[in-house]
Parts: sequence; C-alpha cells; structure tokens
Amino acid sequence: MAIRHKHDVVIVGSGLAGLRAAVEAAGRCDVALVSKVFPTRSHSGAAQGGIAASLGNEEPDSWEWHMFDTVKGGDYLTDQDAAEVLARDAPRAIYELEHMGVPFNRNPDGTIAQRAFGGHTRNFGEAPVKRACYAADRTGRVILDTLYGQSVQKGIRVYPELSVMDLVVTDGAVRGVVAYEWATGELHLFHAKAVLVATGGFGKVFKTTSNCFANTGDGAHMVFRHGFPLQDMEFIQFHPTGIYGLGVLISEAARGEGGILRNRDGERFMERYAPTIKDLAARDVVSRAIMSEVREGRGIGGRDFVHLDLTHLGKDRLEERLSDISSFVRIYLGIDPATQPIPVQPTCHYMMGGIPTDVDGRVLDAAGNPVPGLYAAGECACVSVHGANRLGCNSLLDLVVFGRRTGRRILEDVSDLSFTEAGGEALEACRERIGRLKERRSGERAARLRQRMQQEMMEHCGVYRTARGLEKALGLIRGLQEECRTRLVLDYKGDRYNTDLMEALELESLLGLAEVMLLAAQKRTESRGAHYREDFPERDDAAWLCHSLVYRDGDRVRYATRPVSITRFQPKPRVY
Amino acid sequence: MLKTVTFSVFRYDPEKDKKPYYKDYKVELRRPGMMVLDGLNQIRWEQDGTLAYRRSCREGVCGSDGLNINGVNMLACITHIEDLKDPIVVQPLPSMPVIKDLVVDFTDFYKKYYLVKPYLITKTPPPSDRERLQSPEDRKKLDGLYECILCACCSTSCPSFWADPDYLGPAALLKAWRFIADTRDEGADERLEIINDRDGAWRCHTILNCVEACPKQLNPTEAIAELKKTIIHRKF
Repeated sequence: MAIRHKHDVVIVGSGLAGLRAAVEAAGRCDVALVSKVFPTRSHSGAAQGGIAASLGNEEPDSWEWHMFDTVKGGDYLTDQDAAEVLARDAPRAIYELEHMGVPFNRNPDGTIAQRAFGGHTRNFGEAPVKRACYAADRTGRVILDTLYGQSVQKGIRVYPELSVMDLVVTDGAVRGVVAYEWATGELHLFHAKAVLVATGGFGKVFKTTSNCFANTGDGAHMVFRHGFPLQDMEFIQFHPTGIYGLGVLISEAARGEGGILRNRDGERFMERYAPTIKDLAARDVVSRAIMSEVREGRGIGGRDFVHLDLTHLGKDRLEERLSDISSFVRIYLGIDPATQPIPVQPTCHYMMGGIPTDVDGRVLDAAGNPVPGLYAAGECACVSVHGANRLGCNSLLDLVVFGRRTGRRILEDVSDLSFTEAGGEALEACRERIGRLKERRSGERAARLRQRMQQEMMEHCGVYRTARGLEKALGLIRGLQEECRTRLVLDYKGDRYNTDLMEALELESLLGLAEVMLLAAQKRTESRGAHYREDFPERDDAAWLCHSLVYRDGDRVRYATRPVSITRFQPKPRVY
Repeated sequence: MLKTVTFSVFRYDPEKDKKPYYKDYKVELRRPGMMVLDGLNQIRWEQDGTLAYRRSCREGVCGSDGLNINGVNMLACITHIEDLKDPIVVQPLPSMPVIKDLVVDFTDFYKKYYLVKPYLITKTPPPSDRERLQSPEDRKKLDGLYECILCACCSTSCPSFWADPDYLGPAALLKAWRFIADTRDEGADERLEIINDRDGAWRCHTILNCVEACPKQLNPTEAIAELKKTIIHRKF
C-alpha cells in the first residue's frame, strides 16, 4: 500500500528556489512542496554574505557591469543570455524581497545597504564595487524565513521530511514522484502534471565541505538515473575560507569588509596573484592561490592552511556586520577574530553544474529539447549563469530569479500537461530497493563507504586535478558503487525515522554523482574556472569553450558537448 | 589511548519498546573542540546505526538538532563535549511527542508559529520600482528578534508551555514581536488580538528558562514583556 496524492505541481525541495517557485505558482494552481527537511532547515539558510544586485545605493553601478563580472567570473563558460536575465532582473528581485519583509541592513538615507564581494567590480573590472545586499551575515536565513512566511500566508501544502526516491515517467513525460516518509516509513505516490526538482547541491561528495548533511544530490541523481543529462559537472567550487579542519564557512563578506589573507610570513599574498582586486578576486583564483602558497611551504607553520586577518576591522564592525561568523570562530576555534587571525583552507562549497535547463527552468534532454513536465531550479540546476566558477552573492540571486521564472513557466505550461494513472511500477521498484537494503544481514556500514569516497574525491577531484589522479579515483568510486550494491548493510530495519536507511539511499546518490564529476573532469583537457588540470594548465577556447553533458543510455554512460551562448562579451584572458 | 567520555542516550522505538530506556556509549575525543553532534555521529556511524536524531547544517543555523543535554536545552552542533560533565545525558527536547529516540514531533510547535502570522502584513502598497525606506535605527529594532532559527529550545524549556497545551510559547511570541516591531508592518492589530489572551502573552510568568536555553542569545521574555506593554498601552 502507498499513500496517493494528486497535485497540479509537485516541487521537490523547499530551499529558496523551490519556495520562490511555489509562491509564484500558488493560488493559480494546486502546488505541493515535498522536502527531505522542514523548509526553514534547508541549506539556503546557511548563505551568509549577501545577494547581488546593481541597485547603486552606495556608489554607481549597472546591470551590464554585473553581467560582465558574472561572465568573467565564470571564465566565459557562462551562458550570456542567462547571465543577462540574471543581472537585469536582480534589482527587481531585491525590491520584491524587501517588500515581502526581508530585514536588509540599511544606509542612513533608508535605502538597502550594500558591500563589496569577490569578483564584483565597477566599469568592467576596474575596482571592487558595493553590490551585495545583506542582513548582517544571515542573508540566506532571513530570505528563507521570509519566503517560508509567504508560503504559510498562501497556505501552500508542505510535505516535510519526505525523501523523493523516483520520478514517474510515461511516454517521455514526467508525471509524478515516489517519496518515502521518514517519520512513518510509508511510501507516497504523488501524481502531478509538473515536477520541479529543486533539491540543491551535493557537497557531501567531498571530505571538507561547507555543505550541510542534507546536501546529497538526491534530485540530480534521480534525474540522471532516468537518462537525462547532467551538465558541467566537473566545475566544483572550493570556497577559499573554510575554517581549518572543519570546512565550516567564513563568508567572503569578511574580505568584502576588508579582511586580508596572509601566509606564514605575514605577507598579503593575493597582491601577487590578483594585483587589481587582490583578496576580492574570484573564488577559484583565491583558492588556487592559497593551495600554491601551501605547496611552496608558505602555509602557516609550513602546514596546509593560511590566515584570514580581520583584526584591523575592529570589534564594533565585526559585531555589526559579521556577528554570526565571529561567533563561529569563537565557538569552533576558541579565538577572538578581533585580536587573532583565523586559520582557513579551501572547502567544497558549490556545484556550478547540474540538471541543464533553459532560462525558464525547463529541463533539457541530451538533444537540447525540453522534457515535458520536468523543471529544475537552484543549485541542482545548470542554467548556466555561473559557468566555470560562481561569484559570491550570485547564488541567492539565481535562486529567487530563476525560481520565480520557473514558477511562471509552470503556470503557463500546466494547462497543456495532464495527469497519469501510472506510477505503480516506480512505486514497486522503490519498495524493492528498500526491501533489499533491509534484508542484508552483514556487510559494510554506509558511513565507512562514504568516508572512503569523500577522502578520495578530496584528494583527486579537488582544487588540483591530473589524469592519473582522476583515473585512480574513478576506479575506487566504481568499486565503492559495487560494494554499495552488494555489501551495504543497515543496523536498523525498522520504519520509524530510519536515518540508517536515509544515509544508505543518500550514498547511492553521492557515488553516482561522484562518478559523473570524475568522467567530466577527465574529458576536459584544459583548465577553466574551478576546473584546474595540472597536466593541462591553460584555458583552451579552441577546443573547450563548450558545456559538457554526461548521460546514461541503457547501461552505458555517454559524453557530449553543447555550445556556450555568447552575446555581448567575447572571451578574453582572465586576470583580476 | 584517546580520552573517552560516556554518552548516556535516551532510546525509544515505539514500534518495539514498551518504554524508553538509556543506553551508554563511549565516545573518543579525537580532536580538540569536538561537539556533542560529533559524538552522536561517532556513535551512529561506528557503533550503533539504530540511533536516530536530526541534524543538518552542523553550524547552528538550521535549528535541527535542539536536544536536552545534561538537563539543559541546546544545539548539539555548537555545544562542546569538553564543557560538559561526564557522563553526558542526551535526551529529546522535553514535552514533545517522541517519534524515535531523539527525534520529536514538531507539529504543535509549528502550529503555534503559524498562529501569530509569521509574515509581513502591509496595507499601504510599496513603491513600485524601489525598496521601502527604513532608517538604520528602525532596522536596529529588529536585532535580537529576527535571528530566531525555530529550534524550539526555548519553548520546550518553558514550564508554562509544558503545563498549558494551548500556550503559544516564547518562540511564537518572539516571532510576533519581530513583526510588530518592524516599522514596515501594519498587522499589529490582528496579531495582538490573538496574543492578548490567557494562552498568549499573559501565560508567560517570566520564568526566564527561554532566555537561558536560546542558542542564539535572544531574549524571548523581553519580547513578551514588550507585547504586554503594547497591549496595555493600546487599551488606555
């Protein structure tokens, strides 16, 4: 038996992208949100520093500069039609959030306050510009609370703590999902005319990450299993300033407010790597600079971290604008950032790649055609506005801009889409999958296999990559997939909040996505944005100014490329 | 040999246990600064996968892992093991129905949050092409209010909340004041109507447990006092 539901639209994931789409579509059609965590626990809430828009509240700014920075930040892999949508729509999106009640910090004249952030510049790269709107260092959290409040006001139906296990696909169209309820262990079959996948990133593939436990890519992997492609999966952002040893993020706002990175000699080393905007260069540039310093023996005490120095900012400014991260530093490291520098190292932060979509959230198949009934938005999607490297503050913006556009597109499409009675087979397949896991009496725990994957991916698919390392990692990941199929064992076989089962299902997603990342990283024999091949250290526009696609075709995995949209800005060497 | 501490963990699976019990686990202190959540993860991943608890961001932002630890409500992910007395007794948040082990049912807590209308209510339309203006001083009035993460540590530490099933509780009341204190909000009347009730602000007896429990150093008792003052001012 399963519990059956029928909604016009099922949105999977209740972070900012899912919530924004839901708020847009609700009232005009029947919307349901299905989420692994209660909406306000989503990882969008961990975004600290800000959301970008060329409001020009503190100094002159323009959407063209914002678009240019986004394209350059993405090392010219950004689709420029999409970047134009993002940058043009940004001011409207911010005003809308303010109208909904987001408590942005303010200027003396009452307008929204703005601050500098990495890669955001005035006049096409001249100097940093104040473009990031913020609420202290809790920007994601306040937008999440505000949008959730909007969804409460609109009475949107939420199914919290259900994991989506499979899509219902008939005749090439997506018409529902199968989900598992953690509190009870019951399976649910949702029939829908449209399904929006907004399940976020999958940083948990890596050992050191800023991502939460829930970021395991269940949605992206589910789509991949059905033969739909994943795009640009080799582009994985390592944020320069994770707390050493833990990966917990220190927002780029710390450098936006004037923080400085220093090596063992106390040198401000970013002056050598990015003479114009120094510590505020794009994240991939700063992360590589840190790793270079470490490799050349200039890490602190010769070890694998550098210092983020905020001591010159003063206690008051830290308290007013960076209070959460100041308290993180006190809690996790027992040091006061007003008097001591913070040990930091790069931490896996964001997936530029994901499920390919058009600018209205429609998922594109391997031939580039929209899949009827299937939409994606947010970090799990690849529009692609972030190209080979995302700029800070462009992610929250992406979520609300493309979340809204996807909600609108679904409203337009939904009258032409229809319900199906099918789904029984998908339901049975999910039941069998759970049954098989619960039947096994001995073997290996998910945690052990996961740790081996995370270690290997960190070592060979991180900031630096080589053909040899990627080959070795691919072998190990495929071995782990086999172990996962044949040896994975659960301690708990019951139905009540079975987190043992949750971690087993999540591991299948993580391993599947790790394989796709490695395949895409192997193929791309150049260095661009966050993808740095030590054996191919130069960008190669002649061969590789293209998106990558990896998709399943029966038992085989295929690779293809797709051109980049270039409208206003021709590729140039990328210096900061 | 690594130093170990004992975690004495509340266990209850309503499917098979007649009543709850406590199970002891040894947790190794493998690095300085380990949090209670690290200890629970060590137990789950290496010793006993049957243990259930919620967790997500592991940095005190998502509010998933509020637990009662050595008798006080706190977030497991930002509570240092080394600061706690050994053995460490880990229980679910008090007064909530247990789903399994440390996982409790938040339905009632969320219901009360919805009752105070947790969204900006406006009647005056905003400017069409720009933000509403708000002075930094007015914005500052929201500091100490807007940072609530709905972890329920406060409400489930409140004896009035335990005793009166209809009491809105400190989390919902703090949220109500967050909106009433916002100069952009025009929903004070409808919110105060709900709050001016024996199960609303007046049920607070300033026991102050909520202030002690809040992992974000917020002060719900003060917010409730502001609500009471506002209600009285409006009457006279």
